[in-house]
Amino acid sequence: MTHDTVLVARGLGRRFGRRWALSDCTLAVPAGRVVGLVGPNGAGKTTLMRLTVGLLTPTSGTVEVLGHPPAQNPAQLGRVGFVAQETPTYANLTVADHLRLGGWLNARWDSDLAERRIQQSGLDPRQRAGRLSGGQRAQLALTLAVAKRPELLVLDEPVASLDPLARREFLQGISEVATEHGVSVILSSHLVSDLERVCDFVIVLVASRVRVAGTIEDLLATHHRLTGPAHHTTAGVEVVEAHHTDLHSTLLVRSEEPIDDPAWTVEPVSLEDVVLAHMGTEDRS
Amino acid sequence: MIRLTWRQFRTPAAVACGALLVVVLLAALTGPGLAHAYSTTTTACRQAGDCTSAMADFSHTDGVLRTALGTLVTIVPALLGMFWGAPLIAREIEGGTIPLVWTQSVTRTRWLAVKLAVVGLAGILVAGLLSLVVTWWAHPLDQAAAAAYDTFGERDLAPMGYAALAFVIGVTAGMLIRRTVPAMALTLFTFVVVRVGIAYGIRPRLISPAHRTLALDPASTGFGSSISPDGMFNALFNGGPSSALEPATPNLPNAWIYSTRVVDDAGHDLTDKVLDADCPGMASGGGGPAVPGHVPVSQSAQQQMQACISKVGATYHELVTYQPGNRYWALQWQELALCGTAALLLAAFCVWWVRRRRIA
Repeated sequence: MTHDTVLVARGLGRRFGRRWALSDCTLAVPAGRVVGLVGPNGAGKTTLMRLTVGLLTPTSGTVEVLGHPPAQNPAQLGRVGFVAQETPTYANLTVADHLRLGGWLNARWDSDLAERRIQQSGLDPRQRAGRLSGGQRAQLALTLAVAKRPELLVLDEPVASLDPLARREFLQGISEVATEHGVSVILSSHLVSDLERVCDFVIVLVASRVRVAGTIEDLLATHHRLTGPAHHTTAGVEVVEAHHTDLHSTLLVRSEEPIDDPAWTVEPVSLEDVVLAHMGTEDRS
Repeated sequence: MIRLTWRQFRTPAAVACGALLVVVLLAALTGPGLAHAYSTTTTACRQAGDCTSAMADFSHTDGVLRTALGTLVTIVPALLGMFWGAPLIAREIEGGTIPLVWTQSVTRTRWLAVKLAVVGLAGILVAGLLSLVVTWWAHPLDQAAAAAYDTFGERDLAPMGYAALAFVIGVTAGMLIRRTVPAMALTLFTFVVVRVGIAYGIRPRLISPAHRTLALDPASTGFGSSISPDGMFNALFNGGPSSALEPATPNLPNAWIYSTRVVDDAGHDLTDKVLDADCPGMASGGGGPAVPGHVPVSQSAQQQMQACISKVGATYHELVTYQPGNRYWALQWQELALCGTAALLLAAFCVWWVRRRRIA
């Protein structure tokens, strides 16, 4: 509805056969940001993204993208760019064919941008897409999604299969697009280090539910690691994660206010700590 | 979307054009000679006053090529269904390109409609051109054979209907199975079943057949065991008990004869009992066919046979159930319309399925 959100989901659910891949998901994604969607495998990230771009229809609830139901007409399709997990391309078409394809299928196609991006990525336009490396194919897929000049770019774990160098180049590309063209981005990953590099807003999704959402700055400012006497408690903080020994307790807490209880030693936390704590991974060392 | 479809489709299209060109060349090289031979033969036999046997002989000219081209027209729709229809959606699913192409600024309805229209119409065109060439090439032979319905599915309009139907069957199979190779196999199987069903189940019922009543001719009626293919077919599908008397095939040029039966005025078939009563010893004895040129039989046996048939002919006659040659074009159009309608319905189902996002 409003222009400060790019994605609004209300009670959104999708069932495949008897299995709910996503159920009763309610979330809002702010506009003008690079949003990282993180969660354990099976949390429903991919399903949420496919619902967002209209590849799937909801079994229950609603989803609105840029104020409208997804993929309802060519104009709405043109406003959202998507790169799927496998970064698909047509194996027997060349890189140049793909750029032509983009021009044929998209009214707002920016061929200068597309050609520039291909050149920067060092891709040979005459090469068949089936012979590209994983990183090159991801760059081609991203170029197709970017050069249609979308208002929202949705990327479903596009770097999962890339080597570290290709991964860094790809993420760099996303940052450039976001800053140069003011595109909102939703990027899913299960690697927090990837998100830290490009995102400024993080949503942690666990079992279809938003566990925590906020700018990285806010998340780091409001989360603390406390070390103190065993089973000591403090009012006004939310304990996200706790480890107890006979003598000491180590807590990861969320608190809007500074911790002034002298019994605690307060330490800052990393984004990874925050995310993993919210994902509830118990067996972490 | 049209340009993308064409880009994806241009290699198969080139293959089809090449194959078609080979057939055209073959027809162009041998066709004029055939046409010339036909006109020479007709002129000669007309001067001689009898064309029946000359035409029958001429219809066997170039038999191998005639059969080969006819077979080609028969199998091309199946090939189109397998190689153009089945991969149309299945290959996009297998290649994982559905998420790519469905998130461009083209709705999936348009995506499928354009693919179906461009490739489907090309398939119909290929089948139509092939049929046109083969029909033209075989025209002299078909004229001489005077059996238009024998090559019904290999000439004129019918192959275009089969091509449309086979193509959409392929698309549907690929869409539902989601894998190209199994979809190709299912397409072939389904199309063969449909094609046989049309030829033997539907085509004979499109227009109710005509009937003709003929007196039993003692000179040309044989005494047979009815194990001929026609007799078998008659017994199996038309429910008529095969009579032990076999009247000669009536002379109806270009007609499609469903059955020839020996019946009385009330329409009852000639039974062995009646035959035995009228002609003692014939039903169980070995009375050979009286048709000249068949197994030689003794003079007395022939006379006995002819006497018997005259006796039976007093109350029984020959009933021919057939489709006259002049209904050929009506049947061609009806079959084309039937296949075309079925193809359109199936295409509509594909669009509905894709709109429901069942394949993403």
